[in-house]
Order: sequence, then C-alpha cells, then structure tokens
Amino acid sequence: MSPPPALIETEGLTRILPEVVPVTLVEDVTLAIGEREFVAITGPSGSGKSSLLYLLGLLDRPTRGRLRLAGIDTDPMDEAARAARRLAMLGFVFQFHFLLPEFSARENVEIPMRKLGRLSRPAIRDRAGELLESLGLAGHVDKRPDQLSGGQRQRVAVARALANDPPLLLADEPTGSLDSQSSEQVFAILADLVHGRGKTVVAVTHDLELAARMGRRIHLVDGRVVSDERISAAGPPG
Amino acid sequence: MRLILDIAVTHIVGRGRQTLVAILGVAVGVGFSVAMAALMQGGQDDLIAKLVDTMPHVQITDDRRTPPVQPAELAFDAAAIAGLRPREDRRGIINPTAAFAWLKEWVPGRVAASLTTQGVVRYLGRDVGATVVGIEPKAERGVSSLVEDFVDGSFEALDVGGNNVVIGDRMAGRLGAGVGDTVTLVSSSGLSRGFKIVGLYHTGITARDEHEAYILLKSAQILDARINVVNEIRIRLDDPAAAPAVARRAEARLGYKSMSWQEANEQILEALVVRNVIMYTVVAAIMLVAGFGIFNIISTITHEKARDIAIMKSLGFSRGDMQRLFVLEGLAIGLAGSLLGWLLGFALVYALASVHFELNAGGRELTRLPVAWEPLHYAIAAGFALASAAVAGYLPARKAARQPPVDIIRGAT
Repeated sequence: MSPPPALIETEGLTRILPEVVPVTLVEDVTLAIGEREFVAITGPSGSGKSSLLYLLGLLDRPTRGRLRLAGIDTDPMDEAARAARRLAMLGFVFQFHFLLPEFSARENVEIPMRKLGRLSRPAIRDRAGELLESLGLAGHVDKRPDQLSGGQRQRVAVARALANDPPLLLADEPTGSLDSQSSEQVFAILADLVHGRGKTVVAVTHDLELAARMGRRIHLVDGRVVSDERISAAGPPG
Repeated sequence: MRLILDIAVTHIVGRGRQTLVAILGVAVGVGFSVAMAALMQGGQDDLIAKLVDTMPHVQITDDRRTPPVQPAELAFDAAAIAGLRPREDRRGIINPTAAFAWLKEWVPGRVAASLTTQGVVRYLGRDVGATVVGIEPKAERGVSSLVEDFVDGSFEALDVGGNNVVIGDRMAGRLGAGVGDTVTLVSSSGLSRGFKIVGLYHTGITARDEHEAYILLKSAQILDARINVVNEIRIRLDDPAAAPAVARRAEARLGYKSMSWQEANEQILEALVVRNVIMYTVVAAIMLVAGFGIFNIISTITHEKARDIAIMKSLGFSRGDMQRLFVLEGLAIGLAGSLLGWLLGFALVYALASVHFELNAGGRELTRLPVAWEPLHYAIAAGFALASAAVAGYLPARKAARQPPVDIIRGAT
C-alpha cells in the first residue's frame, strides 16, 4: 500500500522579481510536507521565508518550479481556480491580524464560510460562534476589531483561517506583533490544531525558541533551504 | 452575491459623508436632467400640437410636383422634353366633386373643400392684404381648429343673410372695424364686393389674425370669378401620424400635390431631432460629471481598502469578486442617487409646470411653461446615471483587483 501524497510538494520552486536588477526571493526549493506536520520556516530577515509561504499559499506564482497541493499540480490553475483552492484548502494567519474593520469578530469568521457556501446561514453563524468560543473569545463575538486586544484579534484571525476547516494553515509571523502572554496563547492554539485537530501548520518565524518547539524546522538563507530538520522533542504542549 | 452585496453596503455606509455627497451629485444630475428633458419635450410637444392643430393634416392643392408627360414623349421613344414648369393652374382641381367623394370614402377623418385666393380688405379707406378663403362652414368645422378661437360670432354666422365675412381680431383692429360693419373685399381678379363682418377670431398667430378672411365658398367663387372652382381640399385625420400615407395615396390617384403636415414642416421636425440630440448630449455630460463623483469615492475606497482587498483575495475571493464588489458599490450609489434624483426631478417639473405667465391672451399664446410628464425621461436619466456609476466603479475596481495581494500584504506587515 503506497503512502498518501504529501500535502505540499515542491520541486525547484523559484521566485525572481523582474526588476531592473532581478531579485531572487526563493531559489530552487524542493520539499515535501505531510499531514499533521507542525513546520517552522526560519531564517534571517530577507531570506525569503514569507515569499516561500506566499508561494505555498497560492498568493504568488513561482517563476520556475512546480508546486502540488494534496497531489494536484497548481501550475495550470487560473486565477479563479487558485482562489477557489485557497478558499477550500488553505487558512492564512498573518503577523498583522488583517480583520475587516467594519465587521464584528463573528462576521469576520463567517465571511469565508459564506463565500464557500457549503453551510446554511444558521449553521455558519453557529460554527463561527463555536470557533470563537473554542479560542477563548466567547464574550467578544459581536465586538469589532478595534474593540479587541492584539491577542484577541489574532485569535479571531486564527478562527477565520479555520472557518472552512482547511487541512493546511499557513502562518506568517503569527506571534510577531504580540506580547509574550498572547504569543504563548496563539502558539498553543496552533500546536493544538496539529496535535488535537490533525491539521498541518506551516509557520514562518524568526523566533528560534518557538521554532524549536515545533515538529520540523526548515531554515532558509538567501532564498535557499540550507537545513531541513525534524525535532524529535516536539509534541503536544503541556 | 449576497455576501458581496453585504460587504459593498458596509463599505459605503461606513463612509457616510462621502457617500452622501456622491449620492447628491448623482441626484442633482438626474433631477436636472429630468427637468430639462421635461421642459424640452414639453416645448416640442406644444410646437407639434400647434402645427397639427392649426393646419390641415393633409392639404391637396391644384399644384403638381412634376409637369405631366408631354404627348411627344408618349409618341416617340427618342423624345425628351426638359425644363418644363408646371403651369399655374387657375382652373383649380378638376372634377372636385368626384375627388371629394372618393376621399370621403376611405379617409379616416374629415374632408373640406375651399377656394383660397389673394385679395385686399378695405374699410373706410384702409387696406389690409389678405388671404381670402372660401369655405363651407359645416365642413370647415370638421377640419379647422379655428372654430375654438372665435372671440365673437362663428363660422355658422356666414350662412345667415347675405355676404358675410369673419376676420381675425388684429385685422379688425387695423381696419378699425368690428362685428356688424361692412368691409369691401377686392379679389386679385379686380372684382369687389361688400361683406358684413359676422365674426372675429384670435388664434395668437399674427399672420392668421391679421391677414386671413373667411367667406362662403360660393361667395369666394363669385368674387374671384371662378365659378364652381375649388383649389384646395383639406383633410383632418383621426390619427395625425397617418398623414404621410394618406397624402401619398391621394397624390398617386389625383395627381395633385398632396402635402402632409410633416412634409410641410420638415425643417422644423428635423430641427427638433437635432435639439433632442443636443439635449441627450447635455444629459450625458451632466451624468458624466456625476460619474466623476462616483469614480472619486470608489477610487478612494479601493485605495483605502487595498489591504482588505488583498486579505479577501487571500481568503479565496477572486479578482472577479473584487471587481463585482466595487462595481456594486458604484451602482448602489448610482441607484440611491437616481431614486433621490427622481424625486428632485419630479419636484422641479412640478415647480416649472406651476409657473404662470400673466398675459392678456385668449388664443394659442403660452401662458404656462409647457412641460411633459414622461416616465421615459426618468428611465433615461437613471439609465445614464447607472451606466456612469458602473463605469466609475469598474475602472478603479479593475485596477485594485489586479494588484497582486502579496505586494499589499508585504507592504502592510
């Protein structure tokens, strides 16, 4: 019996910005990330960590190389197909929460579900409430982002990323703008997604201490993978 | 689509003052477009109504458009005679009784025969040149709107007693004559006769009020020394729009020049078409200016919302969704502006319709601004507004939707 295909597979993934002097953001990255993996992408500033994450999240197109998500080649996909793939399969958490400021926490979480259209409006409302409650935001569902603290906003952003129950969560410095307590809360949530809910989380971070607590660390320098190591000590928090 | 609509409404409601200014811009554009169209259409309708009312719908005269085919041309193939002018036919319409009967058989309207000639009306040494029209009062009532313009007497009074005449009030004024006075009519053939004034009319059209005189057909034939001659048949149709077809058929059969009211006023009608083109160009220009307001607010929103656009795209919204979102925002402003503009337009038209000129007039002079209550004007103004709003929303939306989300996310983090 053959093993299931990796959730993410790349072959020679390269991204070059076509400036007057071309800038190479990501160069010749070949890797595979399976289900239930908790992966940290690390590296110094400008090493291409976020650029690689955006390529994996179909927010950017590679200049060269191939990317397969759940075994499906993304290269031939047009803009609409890539958007549909993001909607159903990917969840994003950024360093900044990026919540829509005019909408409440619940409405922000409802938006991806309403866009996908799989659930009825009452079911969407219930699920949004449950997700926020599970992330410790039961009393804040009707508050707008400007009425929430930094940590709370970031947890709403995580709830929104999980709204359509995607198998893959991509996080770009998810704790970068948080204090240590909020940072720890968000990290615990991400770890629980992997160990408790069976998701795959790929997170960019320059916090090596945090990366050391994840299951795998891919280190980039100048857009190239210089090390890809599995960390045996990683496991459920607590 | 409901989700996109919700987001669009949230965006524009979130910018209350800007949105209100844009909506007012569209509303003023729509309102004034409606008022202008109502005024211009009203003026046009009034003018056409006057043309239709004050002249026969079809006028058959004893002229011919082309000279008849000459016998030599019929006899010899090689014969060609050029430069002929139709002669001025003093004989009038040949066999007018048969022509009249034929027309009455099929024409959907009323028919009247007359003899029109030029002459002079003289009273106490004063002369006024006049078109003297010989009519049959009962038939004339069916084809002429003049019956409504009598300020004293009527056509029927022509039948009472001896030689009677009705003239316009301006002619009476110039002559210094009134009802009951006897004036002398001198025809172009040199004959003259005394006629008693039995009626005065006032149409408001100076040429008619000052230079037309109506007498009985028989009297006109005697005065002009043209016994039993009729040189004009006038037709008033139930449907004025059918005039060209009736004129064509009559001319084909009778051979005499038959002119519809549309042909007689071709230049005026062409000028009205040009006027309409100008009017709708101005409407389009007004709405274009209103469109700039919408463009401005949608551009501002797309600029301010660049980060939201990027994040929505990262969530799985497509480029098309983003374009729809902002086009919808433009359309929502256009729609709200159109509805408000309809109210403003209605109020303006109502106000214009209420303007009353204090003129001492009993004829066809304007005493109110002619306005048209036409739903089409509202539809056209709103159509222009919505099209302008859609374009104004689409242009910045397309630009914003095309921007790679990564550029914005990178810049924001």
